[in-house]
Amino acid sequence: MSPARTLATTGRVLRQLAHDPRTVALMLVVPALLLWLLDIVYRQRPETFQAVGVPIFAIAPFTIMFLVTSVTVLRERRSGTLERLLTTPLRKGELLVGYQLAFGVVAVAQIMVLTGVATRLLGLDFAGPIVMVAAVGVLDALLGSALGLFASAFATSEFQAVQFLPALVFPQLILGGLLAPTAELPRGLQFVSDALPLTYALQAVRAVSVQSRTDAALWNDLAVIVGTIVAVVAAGAVTLRRRTG
Amino acid sequence: MEQTIVIADLAVKRGGTTVLRGLDWTVNSGQIVGLLGPSGSGKTTLLRAVVGVQRISRGEVTVLGLPAGHPLLRRSVGYMTQAAAVYDDVSVDDNLHYAARLLGVGRRRVNSVVEQVDLSGQRQQLVRTLSGGQRSRVSLAFALLGEPRVAVLDEPTVGLDPVLRAALWDLFRVLAREGTTLLISTHVMDEADRCDRLLLLREGRAIAEGPPQQLRDRTGTATLEQAFLHLASADSGVAA
Repeated sequence: MSPARTLATTGRVLRQLAHDPRTVALMLVVPALLLWLLDIVYRQRPETFQAVGVPIFAIAPFTIMFLVTSVTVLRERRSGTLERLLTTPLRKGELLVGYQLAFGVVAVAQIMVLTGVATRLLGLDFAGPIVMVAAVGVLDALLGSALGLFASAFATSEFQAVQFLPALVFPQLILGGLLAPTAELPRGLQFVSDALPLTYALQAVRAVSVQSRTDAALWNDLAVIVGTIVAVVAAGAVTLRRRTG
Repeated sequence: MEQTIVIADLAVKRGGTTVLRGLDWTVNSGQIVGLLGPSGSGKTTLLRAVVGVQRISRGEVTVLGLPAGHPLLRRSVGYMTQAAAVYDDVSVDDNLHYAARLLGVGRRRVNSVVEQVDLSGQRQQLVRTLSGGQRSRVSLAFALLGEPRVAVLDEPTVGLDPVLRAALWDLFRVLAREGTTLLISTHVMDEADRCDRLLLLREGRAIAEGPPQQLRDRTGTATLEQAFLHLASADSGVAA
């Protein structure tokens, strides 16, 4: 692994994003706006706001990074730049880590805006350290980004890439314990829920919001998320082919 | 003269149709070799096979003594695709500095290549705002940046005005004199005339090979265009 080539890739991806200020603004502002909307909707029921506001920290970074990465990487695949990159000394791992670092930087900014708005303006309470919530959010963004990269291999147009959102992300929201506790799901679906990474992210942000100390269960959730990121990035590497038909 | 590219019995199938059917060919170092043929004749597929990004169904492609696409060749082979493979949403400089860091070359090299492809005035411009010809020169600069020993260029002068086209061909000649082997596909006959050797492709087969003058002499024609037509009709006669 060459740090120079990896960071060069990170820089290039960030420069591309910087030339698209509208997308950056949407990425940074939309999660906070959604939280504000929930605050207004549940003004009469602060405990409900607390219950539905916290999951935003897991859902928004995941969903937004999934979309942005799948479209960015799909463009790279279709424009010929990916094929060209793979004829240079750049290794697949350097490309993938470069991408993850770039979206990681954006995720940190996104989460900072979101936590700032949540704690200073909207009065969302976290019993545990806010930095843990932010960490889960950033990991979640990386997870979404890794899945987006993988999904881009199976799309031939941006329309298709966007359709993967309802196909791959919505089921995770429905089964992740957001609508009903996972314990109440039918047995078969419990297994499915246990296999979906967003379940652990939702569990983790909820845990930090209600308990003041980090426990083994929380670390376990984080470990599952990190493990999934590594596995999905590795699967993504397989979809980057030097030789095509 | 050293053999830079050796192709033996190369066959490629794409989506059920045969694109190249058992091609044998050798390219010597320090030459400009032109690849001529109608669209669909397999030019791009052949170039991709030399770069090592084409899945092949039979045969062998050797570049500088290594199998095409070998990791050690990634610094020695520069590839310019037919559609400009560049990042539209950043500047010319951003594109080339990124390429420079991947290839491990310095800023001074970027400056000199930018001058060679005549983009000094557009360095800070976003690629998406450039004309088609300027865009393809960014792509050409990317391919030449690493001072490759083999440059594989797929229609590098499409959409350029004649003055600029001539300037680029002068550049190709300079590079060849310095020892670079250039493999260039083209549609333009007067460009083909500036190559040291030509390979005429038709329906995935080589119908003729040799220096332009020799091809004209052999067919008893005055221009390459006529020579090509002559060879193509003779080929059809054989096929029928």
